[in-house]
Amino acid sequence: MTRNARPGGAVPGVLIVAQHALQEALRRRVLLVVLVLTAVFGGLYAWGCHALFGDLDGFRNSDTGLDPTALAGSTIVGLAMFGGLFLGVVLATFLTAGAVRGDAERGLLQPLVVRPLGRGQYLLGRFLAAATVAALYVLVVYFGAILITGAIGDWWPAHPFGSAFRLAFAAVLVAALSLLGSIFLGATANGILMLMAYGAGLLAGLLGAIGDAIPSPTLQHIAATASWVLPFEALYRDALRLLVQDVPGVTGAIVQLGPLGGSHDAGPLLIPWAIIYLALVLAGAGWAFARRDL
Amino acid sequence: MSALAIAGLRKRYGRHDALRGVDLRIGEGELVGLLGPNGAGKSTLTKIACGLVRPTSGEVAVAEPFGYLAELFRFPGWCTADEVLVLHQRLTGSDGGARERGELLELVRLEADAGTRVEAMSKGMQQRLGLAQAMVGAPRLLLLDEPTSALDPGGRRTVRDLLEELRRRGVAVLLNTHLLSEVEQVCDRVVIIDKGLVVAAGTPAELEGGSGVEVELAGGVRRFEGGREDVPRIVAELVAAGEQVYGVRVTRSTLEDVYLDTVADAR
Repeated sequence: MTRNARPGGAVPGVLIVAQHALQEALRRRVLLVVLVLTAVFGGLYAWGCHALFGDLDGFRNSDTGLDPTALAGSTIVGLAMFGGLFLGVVLATFLTAGAVRGDAERGLLQPLVVRPLGRGQYLLGRFLAAATVAALYVLVVYFGAILITGAIGDWWPAHPFGSAFRLAFAAVLVAALSLLGSIFLGATANGILMLMAYGAGLLAGLLGAIGDAIPSPTLQHIAATASWVLPFEALYRDALRLLVQDVPGVTGAIVQLGPLGGSHDAGPLLIPWAIIYLALVLAGAGWAFARRDL
Repeated sequence: MSALAIAGLRKRYGRHDALRGVDLRIGEGELVGLLGPNGAGKSTLTKIACGLVRPTSGEVAVAEPFGYLAELFRFPGWCTADEVLVLHQRLTGSDGGARERGELLELVRLEADAGTRVEAMSKGMQQRLGLAQAMVGAPRLLLLDEPTSALDPGGRRTVRDLLEELRRRGVAVLLNTHLLSEVEQVCDRVVIIDKGLVVAAGTPAELEGGSGVEVELAGGVRRFEGGREDVPRIVAELVAAGEQVYGVRVTRSTLEDVYLDTVADAR
């Protein structure tokens, strides 16, 4: 053995860990399965779009002031946003749920974290891999849905990039939360917790939408509290708001109050809070991991 | 200069004291066997040394770079043996490349399995791959926690040869094991811990030290303290006392005797 060892090496440890995690997802065919299922989803979505916009003819000459194209387009893109984010959340959770305690219990973690890279870089590498995959996935589904909707129904959202940023950020937040949970819980328990938290956030958001429609201050308060505690939900609602905020007249009122509507304006503090929240979650995860016996 | 220096090491899990003030020093190139019953604190000590467990108090200084083989470990099943070593080369910053990997796989007799996936390997092969992984980056110190627990006699022989090779290369080793024969054969020093304390330490010869004389008499076997040089006197005294002597045997206590006596005394 005549070589020299340079702890840390030329490539930062965080990138080595991220690359290893992505390689695992590829080699275990996780990404292949996701891509195939996404292609199926895209096909079904295109079929649904075709059928939906084809059935709008009966509404076009009505005197209600309704814009059927905007109603159909914003609703079906909103549905795609819901589906895409949900699958992105599942992906983020799957890639991180067992990152610490799960991998430690299986004996996968110990050989890695004793290396010079240290625990902080390991954690950051796992986060980087999961956040990148989940965010990219959400963006691909979202922009795919917009392109399909535009090509078939000739409806284009006014702020596609603002919504895209919020959806991707929501998936990144879920990856960070799941990583934090993985320090304390096994993979199964953490995965269940994350999906239940995601479901609870959506439920709170729907209650908020109902609260805005009735209007009910209590329901609005519940939704606002959930937005601060689980900002990924607020980001999703804000993405929906951007999707439909420029739809005018009666159509605008209908799409904003529907189940996939975006009646709630989270305000200018949402993005700064989401950034601070992400930093706090990652810092908390690093702190907890550094103190955990393996 | 020490490869590992531990002073006043304590570790408490809740209300249980796993380590109660352990001092241990391993010199450069020294092979030290760590013995003790289950729950004595051996693995805790090893894990603290490599940073997996935080000590409650005490000082630990470890020579860098070091290698570690956990008692319970696993490599990703989708990786080949070569890919496992590549990953650890990158993590340690080793620039040994394919030559280092080939050499390490040869040392653990896995040279024909560089392209074999971990999931297709037996437990013993994985343990040998674990040893190769621990040696990536030319460590000055190896911390081996039960490295032969899954090995058959042939695999254990490979590990013994490997330890001899490490001694030749001047690599210090802390060998945590239950296999006393391995320790007797390869270790420079032995440390026995029980209930979180060092209860005996020394070279195998120092610990085994005491010998005795067993004399078969008409009434059964009697044991006397002493060695070969004491046999004529013991026999003469017995004959003078009217005993019939049927056989004489010089015995020497083994490391196993010492270990069992030491651990029993501590209980």
